[in-house]
Amino acid sequence: MKRLLLSTAALTIAALATPAAAQSVAITNAKLVIGDGSAPIERGTVIVRNGKVIAAGENVAVPSGIEVVDAGGRYVTPGIVAGFTRMGIVEVDGVDQTNDAGANGSPFHASIDVAAAINPHTSSIPLNRAEGVTRAIVAPENRGSIFAGLGAVIDLGADNSPVSTPRAFQFMEYGEGGASAAGGSRPAAMAQFRNALYQARAYAKSSGSYADQGKDALLTRADAAALEPVVSGRMPLLVHVERASDMLALIDLKREMPQLRFVFIGASEGWIVAKELAAAHIPVIASALNDLPQSFESLGATQSNVGRMKAAGVIVGIGTINDDEARQARLEKQYAGNLVALTRIPGATGMSWNAAFAAITSVPADAIGLGGEIGSLRPGRQGDVVIWSGDPLELDTAALAVYIDGVKQPLATRQAELLKRYIQPQEGALPKAYER
Amino acid sequence: MIDGGPMPRRVLVALLASAVMLSGCATDGGAKPKTAAAAPAKGPGAGKGYSHDPYPSTYKAYPGVPTLVTHVTIFDGEGGKIDNGSALFADGKIVEIGQNIAAPAGATTIDGTGKVLTPGIIDIHSHLGDYPSPGVQANSDGNEATGPVTADVWAEHSIWPQDPGFSRALVNGGVTSLQILPGSANLFGGRSVVIKNVYSRTEQGMKFPGAPYGLKMACGENPKRVYGSKGRQPSTRMGNIAVDRQTWARATEYKRKWDKYERDGGEPPARDIGMDTLRGVLAGEILVQNHCYRADEMAIVLDMAKEFGYHVGAFHHAVEAYKIGDLLKANGTCAAVWADWWGFKMESYDAISENLALLQKAGACGMIHSDDANGIQRLNQEVAKALAAGRRAGIDISDATAWTWLTYNPAKALGIAEKTGSLKPGKMADLVLWNGNPFSVYARPEKVWIDGALLYDANNPKLRPVSDFELGQPGSGDTK
Repeated sequence: MKRLLLSTAALTIAALATPAAAQSVAITNAKLVIGDGSAPIERGTVIVRNGKVIAAGENVAVPSGIEVVDAGGRYVTPGIVAGFTRMGIVEVDGVDQTNDAGANGSPFHASIDVAAAINPHTSSIPLNRAEGVTRAIVAPENRGSIFAGLGAVIDLGADNSPVSTPRAFQFMEYGEGGASAAGGSRPAAMAQFRNALYQARAYAKSSGSYADQGKDALLTRADAAALEPVVSGRMPLLVHVERASDMLALIDLKREMPQLRFVFIGASEGWIVAKELAAAHIPVIASALNDLPQSFESLGATQSNVGRMKAAGVIVGIGTINDDEARQARLEKQYAGNLVALTRIPGATGMSWNAAFAAITSVPADAIGLGGEIGSLRPGRQGDVVIWSGDPLELDTAALAVYIDGVKQPLATRQAELLKRYIQPQEGALPKAYER
Repeated sequence: MIDGGPMPRRVLVALLASAVMLSGCATDGGAKPKTAAAAPAKGPGAGKGYSHDPYPSTYKAYPGVPTLVTHVTIFDGEGGKIDNGSALFADGKIVEIGQNIAAPAGATTIDGTGKVLTPGIIDIHSHLGDYPSPGVQANSDGNEATGPVTADVWAEHSIWPQDPGFSRALVNGGVTSLQILPGSANLFGGRSVVIKNVYSRTEQGMKFPGAPYGLKMACGENPKRVYGSKGRQPSTRMGNIAVDRQTWARATEYKRKWDKYERDGGEPPARDIGMDTLRGVLAGEILVQNHCYRADEMAIVLDMAKEFGYHVGAFHHAVEAYKIGDLLKANGTCAAVWADWWGFKMESYDAISENLALLQKAGACGMIHSDDANGIQRLNQEVAKALAAGRRAGIDISDATAWTWLTYNPAKALGIAEKTGSLKPGKMADLVLWNGNPFSVYARPEKVWIDGALLYDANNPKLRPVSDFELGQPGSGDTK
């Protein structure tokens, strides 16, 4: 296949050094899951052309000139969309220099932008890619303010351009985390929040005169500028909140400022206010299996949380906030499977397989307004497709092939190299260090 | 636990006094004095210088009924499997495991068709009770991080028996016994304790009767970071080992003095609560449970154990155990590991999911553990992942063998394998009936028995424990 390296068009598209032909594939004979909550299609076909899904379903004709892969009846699904992570900005959590999640000494908060810090070669990325995670919502951590900054959506492709949507959302902490950052109480956090919204609006009205406010501006000019799209409703505001009453407080605020596009993260007590969440059309990216009163803001935690919210009409997906979020998004499949397991426990509320799978694919994408681009095999979405060895939610299933933007991905990991070296731990004719 | 009490002091004094008085009464050569003065004063006896069990278990099995489970897939925990089998237990003990067992008169019969029966899961590494939920400072009692050597503290003295985490481990995880250890801030963290997962008003009421104690030790990053950041020793790995060795040297001296006193009598040496625990290790009564991640550090600890004449029972976390399966096997040291937790510290950077399978391949003793109040709820799932990773690497391990990682191997590493950890006649009736294949993500415990008492039944909302803390809280009594 001739590479179009001499084409200036190819060179200026920094993201893609791959010829267009390599971004196309047709996968046939698939147990096809669209990812939108509908049931799998036996013997389905998905066509990806030039990086996007053009068709997926039964009896889909395969255009000529596209490589055809026979899935042999196996599950073929959209790649997992990790609903809340810190992937790509942390290598080893405990090693400060490798941890770009938060900055203790910065005067900037809402304007902190993770996009430029995402490292596609972070070791968690190949590891999660090899387990079928193709996109991730990446958020910064707050320090010294309720606002953490601007998060991004990345793809886990093996290339040098991980960011697919920079500045996709603002992330903030409310509840205990926000209280602590705002000086020690929830009212202080709410005061900081309201003031910030006010100042962002002031900035929007007259950006030129904003900088002159001096000490009256508790928000730097940069932070006010970053919050302006949140105030105007152009950018979603992801809020980590766990407690039922805290969610109600934010819902009240939204009544006052209806253009705010809240997405609640964590939401362990969401089931208690599920009706209100549904009525307010606030999507939730929940921790799937929190069932312990780990803090006083999650006293009501139960594994039935997500199922109960869904049953009440809440748009609820799964994310892994404060749950090894830099590294373990791959566990979302296991979490989703556990939600299905609940359907067999009396008194518990789980989710169907179809809904659980949507909760780790299309729903998190929809929650942040990107459902038209990623998270499912509906036409027009990016060609992120995985062929699995079995039921993707089952514990012994592996991803056999992973496509991102239609490009087949390498599934090599550092861990696989360690395995190869130590499958026989004793030294041979040379030290272990020579075994590769 | 050795049951030795100190000799009553008045008797001891009387003995010494009588010897002195008699020796002073020696007269002319005619009468031979009838005295004990010629013989050395007797000591209290081996292990009897002080109580080795001052906080004895008051755990009592709850009542149960003779129960026969039929047509059920049985994993006995020791590598055996019976398809379409039967299991009978009564009076708190396993009576018989086999193919067809006739129901004794009055027995409750449960049809296990489509279900799986296993021993209760044993988690060798938990901080439930010591770092309970809610995780507030007032209840965070797992690390006495005021000095690197706190062999004197006992994890059981920090247990909050009302931790809601115990119920989750039972109901979602099928965990029937667990070891609560101090954390890993310290080189010598303190004494650990094995408990039954049965709520009680007191920690003594949870203690596993007859289980040995453990000594928690830690190598690696945690101790040197905690103390190095305070400008104290240890601040390096070499500092870790230096403090360890000095402490063992002191313990050796302590043991020598107390052994001599217990054998020969005389003035009892000064009592040191921390040294009591280390003496117990040197005497082989207390089992070493050593948090350690890196292969090279485990190799150093194994040599240190030889230097001072003790045995490392198990390395915990042991993320790099797969690199030294041969060494672990040669030393008879187990490894308690995770399926796939990695990368949060440098020492966990080289974790691979095939760790357990590689240990099995090397013939070493491996087991799963949680070290986490959420992870303990799905240890069967963690083993399923580890097993699948091993099989994909070409290491062919049966489901039945994988059950040793959850039950019999932790029981051995805790010194309770004769009492529980497998379904053999005469052992404690600690069992879980699963509603499907427990290596499937879709399965959950349906019933859990401990010492033959039914303590959880998915179909009976009354048989679901709710700790004091959760009463009256939002969602109290919920299916969690």
